[in-house]
Amino acid sequence: MHAEKESVLTGTHFINGDTACCEGLLAAGAKFAAGYPITPSTEVVERFAQRAPTVGGLFIQMEDELAASITLQGMVWAGQKSFTVTSGPGYSLMMEHIGYAAMTETPCVFVDVQRGGPSTGLPTLPAQGDMMQARFGSHGDYSTISLVPNSPQECFDLSVKALNLAEKFRVPVMFMMDECVGHMTEKVVIPEAEEIEVQPRRRTSKKPDEYLAYEVGEDLVPEMAHAGEGYGLYVTGLTHDKKGYPLMNPKQQRELVTRLFEKISRAADELTIVEADGVEGADVVVVSYGITSRVAMRAVHLAREKGLKVGSLRLICVWPFPEKLIRELAPKVKALIMPELNMGQVVIELERFAAGRTKVISVPHPGGTVHDPLEILEAIERGAQ
Amino acid sequence: MSTLIEPTALTNPVEKVLRNDRIPTIWCPGCGLGTTVNSFAYALMASGADLKKTAIVSGIGCSGRVSGYVALDSFHTTHGRAIPFATGLKLANPELTVVVYSGDGDLTSIGGNHLIHAARRNMDILVVCVNNMIYAMTGGQAAATTPGAATSTTTPYGSFEPELNIPQLVDAAGACYVARWTAFHVKQLEKSMTEALKKKGFRFIEVLSPCPTLYGRRNGYADGLAQMKEYKEMAKVKNGAPTYEVAITHGQPIIVGKFVDRDRPDYLTLMRSQLGAHYHEVAEVGVGCGDESEGKEGCCSC
Repeated sequence: MHAEKESVLTGTHFINGDTACCEGLLAAGAKFAAGYPITPSTEVVERFAQRAPTVGGLFIQMEDELAASITLQGMVWAGQKSFTVTSGPGYSLMMEHIGYAAMTETPCVFVDVQRGGPSTGLPTLPAQGDMMQARFGSHGDYSTISLVPNSPQECFDLSVKALNLAEKFRVPVMFMMDECVGHMTEKVVIPEAEEIEVQPRRRTSKKPDEYLAYEVGEDLVPEMAHAGEGYGLYVTGLTHDKKGYPLMNPKQQRELVTRLFEKISRAADELTIVEADGVEGADVVVVSYGITSRVAMRAVHLAREKGLKVGSLRLICVWPFPEKLIRELAPKVKALIMPELNMGQVVIELERFAAGRTKVISVPHPGGTVHDPLEILEAIERGAQ
Repeated sequence: MSTLIEPTALTNPVEKVLRNDRIPTIWCPGCGLGTTVNSFAYALMASGADLKKTAIVSGIGCSGRVSGYVALDSFHTTHGRAIPFATGLKLANPELTVVVYSGDGDLTSIGGNHLIHAARRNMDILVVCVNNMIYAMTGGQAAATTPGAATSTTTPYGSFEPELNIPQLVDAAGACYVARWTAFHVKQLEKSMTEALKKKGFRFIEVLSPCPTLYGRRNGYADGLAQMKEYKEMAKVKNGAPTYEVAITHGQPIIVGKFVDRDRPDYLTLMRSQLGAHYHEVAEVGVGCGDESEGKEGCCSC
């Protein structure tokens, strides 16, 4: 299935990342969204509020992020594609409903335009401090997907992908932007609708009397029915059986939670989404994501000018972490360098999968601005020794 | 001579709107929740609502389990957030009749903000709030609705807070329909629910319900029946009563009845009329059928 023509703003635009993200989600089929204003994410929903009615959809501004993050799930269960947009403090408030979406397998996208924290922190300045929260923020065990764009063009391309992955795996997908990428204005090319692949809702073809809401096939993802279709759905955040009925015992907990993990882990290859530059034969590889990857590229070029064999590995999909790739890469290099706009979050996973087979150098930064490329260059030089 | 009736021939008329495979309920003997659900079931049948297009949404708590016993599309959501979930359902599919059925703690305390704003927006949903005056599921802690002098597990010396007058709150916020009944008033409740189901806009019904296990026994009621007797003796029907006069005060009459019944355009009606030509009605807004058997790309018109 491809995008609907009326939702796609085909053409070449000079727009910021927030706007591009809105256009991507529209192109991917989201016509309904709920939100609550928070800097630096507001442009996404401001744009959406204007665009949605023109394609038969709507935006509702709720009373808080708790409301927004579950209103969107009502929209999904009523048969629509939906998302919400927020930033740090709002993202914290949405955690419970990320868990609800994971538990009820509600396909949706949570956009987090990251800013400096903790608490109110730096409302107008960038950080990447919510990366572990994206992975582990809600209580209990679940697995989901986090995509991290590094340009307005990717805010478009990857937000389409984010919604597609949400629909495919029936998970809440985290779209982890940051203030820099959100407010940066660059050229964004939006293709023709026919060129944009869109994952349709995985709707059941079964009749109501033979349908079990959480019965799964090989890929462990159940097929969906919506409210109002005569299926008599039972959706709960409690541990539930195949019918969706609450069934609270250790056996069912094991079956359900294991499946919620496995439906993602089985797709590890598909979800290893990276951009590699000069990794083959490199002594040192800089592993980065989001806005930091653009600063890292500068450092990589500077190091190459100095004659060092340096590669760049950009994580586009940070969660699930590309475990296999790092396991294979680690023994081949002298060092892996990870700059992040946080005090060292994703580097914990990098270290875990490098497993002592190479040096891992963290280049932390508390946020507020991006790294100085020279900081990263210095780490590269240390790694190359 | 008596006639023996085969037990199998006996069916409860409300069975067809209940999930019989989920019954018996988890509720305690003497709890009023089942009685309110019975009234609701009759109301559903009487209202003529298309049950296939009716969804019921609950939050968390004893009342939060109601959604799971009714044979509709049932959504058991998070604590306090049934109203925003219901809002999403209604906005994305206006054809749905959406009912929120939850408890006093869930709707007025943790979810209080959503209650205010759904009433203000005039979201086209019916909210049934079963008020047992306590957090029962968690073991009888004080709620915003616990009467001042009452004892609870977290107010062993009595509560130091006045209780919330819920009808006044939703009236002030703009609800189109506000009523209060008790679990004793089964027919009045059924009639009120039927009327509210047929009405458009934000509709709110508070139902006082005994909780013998976690409220009653600590506060001088021997059992559920004792609370029911109090409802019978103390309730005073006062339709149209100003909601600022209906606060529940210990030892005073319990004012019940329909307090508010007014009309104003609901959210979606207002949105459509204000948007005018800006609203582009797409033939069928949807998410695709996902039917890969049809093969060719772009086949999907749904």
